[in-house]
Amino acid sequence: MIRIMKPGLLTSIQDLGRYGYQKYGVISSGVMDQLAHRIANLLVGNSENEATLELTLIGPALRFERDTLISICGADLSPAIDGIPVQLWKTIYIKSGSLLTFGRNQSGCRAYIAAAGGFSVPDVMGSKSTYLRAGIGGFEGRSLNTGDEVLFGMQSSLSAKMMDYLRKQQTDQPFSQLDWSVSSGLISFYKSNTKIRIIKGRQFDWFTKDSQKAFFSVPFQVTPQSDRMGYRLNGSKLEVENKAEMISEAVSFGTVQVPSNGSPIVLMADRQTTGGYPKIGQVPAVDLPLLAQAKPGDSLAFEEIPLEAAQNLYLKREQEIQHLKQGIILKFTS
Amino acid sequence: MKVRLHPLGDNAIIIEFGEEITIDIHKKVQRVSSLLENHSAQWMIEFIPAFSTVTVFYDPLLVSSLTKQDRLPPYKWVCNELQRFLSSATIEETPAPRVVEIPVCYGGEFGPDLEFVAEHNGLTPEKVIDIHADGDYIVYMIGFAPGFPYLGGMPETIAAPRRESPRFKIPPRTVGIAGRQTGIYPIETPGGWRLIGRTPLPLFRPDQNIPSLLRAGDKIKFKPISLEEYKSLEEESQ
Repeated sequence: MIRIMKPGLLTSIQDLGRYGYQKYGVISSGVMDQLAHRIANLLVGNSENEATLELTLIGPALRFERDTLISICGADLSPAIDGIPVQLWKTIYIKSGSLLTFGRNQSGCRAYIAAAGGFSVPDVMGSKSTYLRAGIGGFEGRSLNTGDEVLFGMQSSLSAKMMDYLRKQQTDQPFSQLDWSVSSGLISFYKSNTKIRIIKGRQFDWFTKDSQKAFFSVPFQVTPQSDRMGYRLNGSKLEVENKAEMISEAVSFGTVQVPSNGSPIVLMADRQTTGGYPKIGQVPAVDLPLLAQAKPGDSLAFEEIPLEAAQNLYLKREQEIQHLKQGIILKFTS
Repeated sequence: MKVRLHPLGDNAIIIEFGEEITIDIHKKVQRVSSLLENHSAQWMIEFIPAFSTVTVFYDPLLVSSLTKQDRLPPYKWVCNELQRFLSSATIEETPAPRVVEIPVCYGGEFGPDLEFVAEHNGLTPEKVIDIHADGDYIVYMIGFAPGFPYLGGMPETIAAPRRESPRFKIPPRTVGIAGRQTGIYPIETPGGWRLIGRTPLPLFRPDQNIPSLLRAGDKIKFKPISLEEYKSLEEESQ
């Protein structure tokens, strides 16, 4: 069990999302950064969809009341256990009674804490994700508060093996971590990609030539009116040639739509299921983690990518994740 | 069935049946939705029907494992699958739509804008209730909020503009009018609609198999009820 000593800015339980109910207007929710969430789970022997804690900019303080395995991935919010800094992207054995805290935001916006066995909250419509607005899923349908106690789920046999391994290396420190790390490609992605790729949207041609050009040449700023639902961007005003009425239709994670004020909105994990604004572009799945780690004030530059190329990059990414998964299984089961 | 296919990013395809909101197009949307409902394709994650489109979400990784032989890019492969699937779809007579009766307690504290709607249209509040409850409505799509129906069929004689400054909180199950549209808020949301009444029926039911009381294609009748009836129905449904 973990006890929440301080909640942080917005700490909620999320998994990979709620699917199959969007036709009833039920949003998918789920983590903003699927890559960091999945790696965090793999590092503690969980399945990739297991629920994690999503932290936002200011992390919580958590008291662990049982020995377990954890990992922290995504944004660097200066995690420390009993005051001793711990590394991101590692498998950590944490002892009962230890306090996990966070400090200065070094990079990124959202960090994910996975624990062996995940967090034990009920499935609502097939998912543990918190749907904040409707007050369902996750921990009592809300973000975590001081005093909340969250139970761990059932550990996998892989987690148990990893724990045995680390227990043997125990020192007098409140934790120990595997010296072994995630292949660099998956992590360096966050730093090396400065531009966000964009597949042209269905209404791209509706926009004036100037707006089309500006969209790909002038960076946009993430405004403070940005949250799990969507990022409102500030920059060039994007104008449509003829003010045609659009008929509402489905939108998805990463859709960039432009309301009549000309400022684009990128739709994120808590987006509505449908939208009625022209879609100038779409951030492909492979670059959504970059977006999830952008914070208010950050600058985003867009560059065009053809659909097929975006899918190829996605398949390549999935392969890397598979390698990581296989690597962990091999190390602990052979 | 003639359709156009458009990509929505790298993991969804929009099937477009036309570029307007008509009953005819709605029926095609309904037909294809019901076929997709019973078509358990491994690559399909889910679909979202709207006024004139159905959007199908797919998993490019799963698709690529299915296409190993013909080596088609995932998007093209799913387009082919959908074309094949749709070419066999005919516009048969769809089964008769469900008719759902929605009891509404109009006016009073539940409908603070009933007077405004009446005045705006030169009617008495009673007449507005009569006209609203007399209409035949059809659920074109569900969206905006869980279980929120986009309804067609409200008589223009009770149309009313949105409020200039939206209310911060509209209680769940409130019935409102915005322009020529009427709708029901399933959960507490901010909004600029003119509020005319409230139903005791929960529209969003997260604990049920189908979490929305209403589904695209349903026909709706509003039935005026008294405050006493409202209270006893509200108690029953809790």
